[in-house]
Amino acid sequence: MRLRGALCAFLVLCLGSAGLWAGTDGLRAFTSEQARRLAVQRTPRPVPHAVLQDQDGRSFSLDDYRGRKLLVDFVYTRCQSICGALGAGFQRLSQDLAPAPDAAMLVTISFDPQADTPAALMRYAQRYGADSRVWRIARPQDEATLAALLRTFEVVVVRNAYGEYQHNAALHLVDESGRLTRIFGYDELERAAEALER
Amino acid sequence: MSRPSTWPWGLLLVGVLALPPARRALEASMTAHMLLQIPLLVLAGALLAPCIPSNLRRAFEALDAHGVPGMLAAAFASSYWMLPRALDAALSSPLAELAKFGSLPLLVGLPLALSWARMGPIGRGFVLANAISMLAVAGWLYRESPVRLCSWYLVDQQVLLGNALLALALLAGVGWTLRAFTGPLARKPPPQAACRMPRST
Repeated sequence: MRLRGALCAFLVLCLGSAGLWAGTDGLRAFTSEQARRLAVQRTPRPVPHAVLQDQDGRSFSLDDYRGRKLLVDFVYTRCQSICGALGAGFQRLSQDLAPAPDAAMLVTISFDPQADTPAALMRYAQRYGADSRVWRIARPQDEATLAALLRTFEVVVVRNAYGEYQHNAALHLVDESGRLTRIFGYDELERAAEALER
Repeated sequence: MSRPSTWPWGLLLVGVLALPPARRALEASMTAHMLLQIPLLVLAGALLAPCIPSNLRRAFEALDAHGVPGMLAAAFASSYWMLPRALDAALSSPLAELAKFGSLPLLVGLPLALSWARMGPIGRGFVLANAISMLAVAGWLYRESPVRLCSWYLVDQQVLLGNALLALALLAGVGWTLRAFTGPLARKPPPQAACRMPRST
């Protein structure tokens, strides 16, 4: 009786530990942000066919850049906080990329296409001195494209009481074959730059 | 002996909590999600305990030595639902939401009700001390985290939840301490003293 009880407790201990281990990807992911980074690294996923409109009003598709690496971030141009760090990071990277514009491309995608008209995108581009040969700031052409992009990249956008948004601030690496392969934090600029060069 | 039939209330509670307006209301804020909806689901499971048929209850009790396996199951399952990732998953995936509505009553509430009664005072004290410290640590982590922990909630909500968890840990700690001095254990003379009473001649 006593042995049976002890065995049962041991079994629950093993099952519970295994459950927590699996539920946190081996104690490596306690938040969904950490989980999506691990998931993408483990299983790269194809980026959806997305037609975007850039700061000059020109339409393009992410597929147009097959054969080149892309680094993608998601912002809304009125953002006063985290998007500033993302913008400044892309500004630095674009200066590194400018001498060899065919090597890789930076794409900033607005998740607020209603407010972020080409004129608003242009103001954002001017704020960071974006060179459109290596850095395109764009908005999805329709809601379905935006939803597909947010779903694939697992970017969650939450609106606060002041009409501002909170969102995942990260750098998303898309490889030459159009697959999302890595996600870096906005403070991991050096690692993102290395991954672009590799 | 007739058992109180609380189980219809348990089922009713799960049913009401599963209604879309109730889910929307309780999941709109992180604090209500963790400190109202989750405890209510646990309560629903505890209310189901009296409906367990006696043969099943006996089989459970044969395995549940001193209430330890049941309490361990409750501890693991409740720890999982304190993770920010689990709260996010419940909001973004219907399967995770279903798992929450199933696991909290059945793996936390039910074993908690069945095993608590079978634990001795030392076991209960151990569980309470750990639960209070877990609440305090989780509260501190939510409050002081430099990054946003839940993608589906605003950052000020996690500070609010952290404060609420810390307050709860403090209240539970103070309540437990007061009970140690004023509760039934404090009023009963210690058993050793009774043994040392001189025999009347």
